[in-house]
Order: sequence, then structure tokens, then C-alpha cells
Amino acid sequence: MAILSNAVEIADAGSFSVNLGSMVLIKTLTASGSANLSFVHGASSVVLDGTYPIYIFKIINCHPSQQGGDGDEFSVNFRDGSTAYDATKTSSFFSAVHGEDGTGGAVAYRTSHDLAQATGFQTLTVDNDADNDVSISGELHLFSPASTTFVKHYLWRGNSVHSSAAAHNSIVAGYCNVTAAIDAVQFKMSAGNIDSGTIKLYGLKDS
Amino acid sequence: MGLISNGTTLLDAGALDSAAGSGAMTLIKTLTASSSANLQFLNGASSVVFDGTYKEYQFHCISIHPASDGEPLTFQVDTGTNTNFNIATTNTFFRARHNEGDTISSLAYVTSYDQAQGTAFIRMNGGVGNAADECCSMILTIYEPANTTFVKHYTFTGSNYQDNSGAEHLFSAGYFNTTTALTRIQFKMGSGNIDSGTIKMYGIT
Repeated sequence: MAILSNAVEIADAGSFSVNLGSMVLIKTLTASGSANLSFVHGASSVVLDGTYPIYIFKIINCHPSQQGGDGDEFSVNFRDGSTAYDATKTSSFFSAVHGEDGTGGAVAYRTSHDLAQATGFQTLTVDNDADNDVSISGELHLFSPASTTFVKHYLWRGNSVHSSAAAHNSIVAGYCNVTAAIDAVQFKMSAGNIDSGTIKLYGLKDS
Repeated sequence: MGLISNGTTLLDAGALDSAAGSGAMTLIKTLTASSSANLQFLNGASSVVFDGTYKEYQFHCISIHPASDGEPLTFQVDTGTNTNFNIATTNTFFRARHNEGDTISSLAYVTSYDQAQGTAFIRMNGGVGNAADECCSMILTIYEPANTTFVKHYTFTGSNYQDNSGAEHLFSAGYFNTTTALTRIQFKMGSGNIDSGTIKMYGIT
């Protein structure tokens, strides 16, 4: 039965006829000393399939439990048919850094953080600080994860606090070089836990 | 009483049900410049929400046209009832440029545009042209402005018609180095008025 208001159809057949916006919140995960945060299609109300052509993960104030060295970097990986997060990836990584003391203002490509047909986690930040008031925020776009024809592109842009007390703006783009559908995405620190923070998954409607 | 269509709950308890797939991006406020010294969004005033209601806020600066040639669009924030707009920030700034004469094409970090614990208004681009058809458009994201534990991260990107007749693609990110909640944000040109343009504020659920 349709719902009409002032002769305008508002809803019918289980969905709204009026425009409700194209960006849909699918799932929110909150870290609490978490080894990882995973979004798995079909589990815990997560949708990560052909329902939406574009998915956006918003990373909001994720706070690492460890700092120092290169072992504490925020990272992501993708699942392509098995239970392992090990999709083959090729990517580029560049970032800009600027210290609170005014030193180091520069943008540069980071060969140590890009991937070439690698199955390990994709780092999204560099050498995070872990002081009580610092965190990581940014967003990751994943395009057409359910495609079985094309590779799956992803884009990251975010800001973190480098262990040298500096703003670190990282930009990463790459693709999962698989034609199998990506059905799960996992975020973690490369060492230690995600002490706190939120990751939200959104879908962008096709039309 | 719930409203159910074809077995799917659309409305209940005074709110849209999650099954309805409602939009997550909410338009909070639109400000339109008309020879304006600045445009300001203040939590609690003129229907503006800028607090813990949303974890992410976006400001879409659309066709910002300066009164004075070569002035950048800038912004700053403040806390509580303060109106100084001088919160310490550390950020990065780089850009790609290509002019219409094809004599400039570059990608470079711009040390004169970044800040290190600076309190000045944050530069969003090089100079914006002020000829009749020249303007800039930018998108600024601020994460959790009301958080009282962490610094407040922001990123912005955008495109600018530079006063030297060229395209400028801007990239910047940084953080306000305070654990006090932000309550307001102000946009203005480096000098002179914002002749015209629109800034739309969105909250992301």
C-alpha cells in the first residue's frame, strides 16, 4: 500500500519514494583495546557487496596503543574469497609532514610504504605518536568491491600525528589485483592495538 | 505506532527506522556571502549545530569570489564563547599548479602556507582571482570538534582559479592542538571581503 501525502507518493513497496539522501550509514565499530576492527559482509548487519558502487570508511580519532619505530602504523587489508585478509595489492603512497617546531615541511613519495603485488597490510599512516591526546582521522574509499570483472580500487586520505610531533597528511591509492569480490575489510595497527576510536562504514547509492 | 510498508518498518517512535536507509549526510546550514567581511558558523546560533551531535562536519565552499585580487580564502576556529579565532594548529600544505599559458606546471610543498603551532587564520589556497568569472571551491572536513580528549584533525582540498590565470589544486591537513571542544568556525579572505559565494555546512551521521 502506498503512502500519499497531499497527492505526493511518500512510500511504497517497502521503501521511500522521496529522496532521503545518497549516503547511507551501514555500520559503526568502536575500538576498545582492539586488535583489529573488521567489516564482514553479512555479519553484524554489515553490507559490503554490490548493493552500493562506492563504500566509504570514516576513521575518527583512532588512538594507537604503541608508538615508536615503524611498527605502529594504521593499516588496512581486504578479503577476497577466503577467510584471510590477504588480497594482492599494488599502490602508491605519498605524504606531507610538518613539525610543531616548524621543521620538516615537505611532501614526498614513500617507497617504504607503497605496495607492489603484495598481500600484506596496506599502511595508511607513518610512525604514529601515541600520546594521550593524539589520534588518526581520515577516510578510505573502496570502489565496486563486488565486481568480478575488474580490479578493486581504493583511495585513502588522512591526517595523523607523527611520533616526531608533526602533522602527517598521507595519501594512498591502489588496487586489489583480483577479480574475486572483496567481501570484508579489516583495519588494525601494524603492532599493538587500536586503543580507542570509531570507524564508520557508509554506502553511496547508485541512483 | 510504527509505519510499515510491505513488511519493512519505515517510521517508528518518531524517527526513521534504519531499514529505511535514510541519508547520513545532513545539511545543517547555508551561508551566502554578499560583500561579507566573514562567514561564521556558531554552535547554537541560527540553527547551527557544531558539537558532539556529529563525529564529522564538512564545509563546502562553493564559488567563493573575493573583492580583492590575489587574496586567499582562510579559516580559523575557537572554543567556548571566545571570539579571537586563534587556536594553535600544525598543518601541511602542498599543491599542484598549471597556468593557462602552460608556463607553470608543478607539484610542490609550500612552506610559506603551512603553520607550526601557529594561531593565524589558516590559508586554504594561493591568491584567488577577482575577475568576474574567477573563484575558488573547497571542501573542509573537521573530525570530532567536540572531543575533549584528542586534538582535532582537519583536511581540506579544493580547486582555485589563481590570480595569475591558472589552476591550483590544493591539499592540506593538520590539527588544532587543543583538547577543548570547538564551538565556532569563521571563514574570511586574507584581506577584503568575500564578494559572493556560498558555504554549506553538513554533519555526517
